[in-house]
Amino acid sequence: MPDLEVLDVGPQVLVQDLGRPGLAALGVGRSGAADRAAHRLGARILAQDEALAGLEVLLGGCRLRAHGAVTVAITGAEGPATVDGRAVGWGAPVRLEDGQTLQLGAPTTGLRTYLAVRGGLDVTEVLGSRSRDTLAGLGPEPLQPGDVLPVGRPPARPPTVDQVAPPVESPAALSLHLTAGPRGDWLEDLEALTAQAWTVSDRSDRVGTRLTGQALTRASAYRDRELPSEPMVRGCVQVPADGQPVIFGADHPVTGGYPVVAVVEPADLDRLSQLGPGTQLRLTWS
Amino acid sequence: MDARLLPMGRGAVLVEVGGTGEVLALADALRAGEPGAASWARTVTEVVPAARTLLVRVADPTDLPAVREGLLALAADLDAPADVAAATPHAPADEVVVPVTYDGADLAEVARLTGLAEQEVVRAHTGSRWRVGFIGFAPGFAYLVGGDERLHVPRRDTPRTTVPAGSVGLAGEFGGIYPRSSPGGWQLIGRTDAPLWDVDRDPPALLAPGATVRFEEA
Repeated sequence: MPDLEVLDVGPQVLVQDLGRPGLAALGVGRSGAADRAAHRLGARILAQDEALAGLEVLLGGCRLRAHGAVTVAITGAEGPATVDGRAVGWGAPVRLEDGQTLQLGAPTTGLRTYLAVRGGLDVTEVLGSRSRDTLAGLGPEPLQPGDVLPVGRPPARPPTVDQVAPPVESPAALSLHLTAGPRGDWLEDLEALTAQAWTVSDRSDRVGTRLTGQALTRASAYRDRELPSEPMVRGCVQVPADGQPVIFGADHPVTGGYPVVAVVEPADLDRLSQLGPGTQLRLTWS
Repeated sequence: MDARLLPMGRGAVLVEVGGTGEVLALADALRAGEPGAASWARTVTEVVPAARTLLVRVADPTDLPAVREGLLALAADLDAPADVAAATPHAPADEVVVPVTYDGADLAEVARLTGLAEQEVVRAHTGSRWRVGFIGFAPGFAYLVGGDERLHVPRRDTPRTTVPAGSVGLAGEFGGIYPRSSPGGWQLIGRTDAPLWDVDRDPPALLAPGATVRFEEA
């Protein structure tokens, strides 16, 4: 079977699929691609099962060499991509011949580029998934130069899509929609959450997107109270003691001890995973 | 038992009850598929217990109103357990015995905080049956409840940057064992070689949700 040899990694390259749902009671979160829509789009372009594993490339800098012919598709954050120095398209099946090198540059918008691989990356499964959970330390280690990634058997039907149109981001997209969380009453003024523009912090990662802005204050009744650990979900807006909210991402902890005052709508979480440090955004109730 | 439903996004609901014993009783009833739960249980994809709350996740958000009603009815039919360890009857075969070497770095501090001699701390820890209340913090990190109440001690003021795997600790009303090396603020009273987490085992956690646990001197 063909494989992909890792020549270079940028800040972070992870193997991801759709994660390991249903194991939170064992202390294992779902993990999986941070931008699930981008992961799924790659599977559709290659006419294969969405559960197959691909790569999540943070801020480019990734070079891979094919051993044997391998077909891939680039989705998610758009940036320069080449095969042996020749530019190749976003959102299209790209065939790598034996010995050719694919290079993914730093994206011009967004953070995470996805590389779907026809046949999927056939690395060892852990608890039913090949996703790297960066918080729990489960799944394949972050990639290093020299790693060799076996590619699985491709599906019988060839891809029928030539290229998909890249999504058009409008300024209105920088508004995330909220539904109620369990502990909204822990804030003195819940509306302060939606009354200001928040800035994405550079301390954001797959565990959570940290926002900075005017600190949210606790209601006096809860000021010195400790919240016993509660189950968390992806999209939880948790407010720690410093009053700066954190929106939980793909590798969030399964339980947490700070109040969750709102939950971001699932449809907005993929976009959130692509927002870089310094991005301004607003939160609005659905 | 009294239960309050709290919102948690489109696809889940959080059930808040009086304590970990009530959470366990509710989780047990859901696992057992109580008659009241049967009509909607198939739409529930995940049940996640914690200290005072239980998360119930559904596949289809349109099922959530029915699940909310079902949860309230189920809770209303349940009696609050008299004590945590007795929350459910269980066979002794389900009991996990964990051998511990009681030489933890905080054993003297725990003795001071509780007013017990070190040997009495060990006797209290081995002398009662614990139950896995819930798992959190890290894969397979079980929060054990129902132990000897004299062992309730606060966390350390300054957490350690590294706690070795197998460390046996106490924090608040909970007992626990670190399944792998990590930072941590629990008071450490001993260590065990028991294989707490193995992804190639089913279930991977030695101390699975609902299990009964007894400690013994190694």
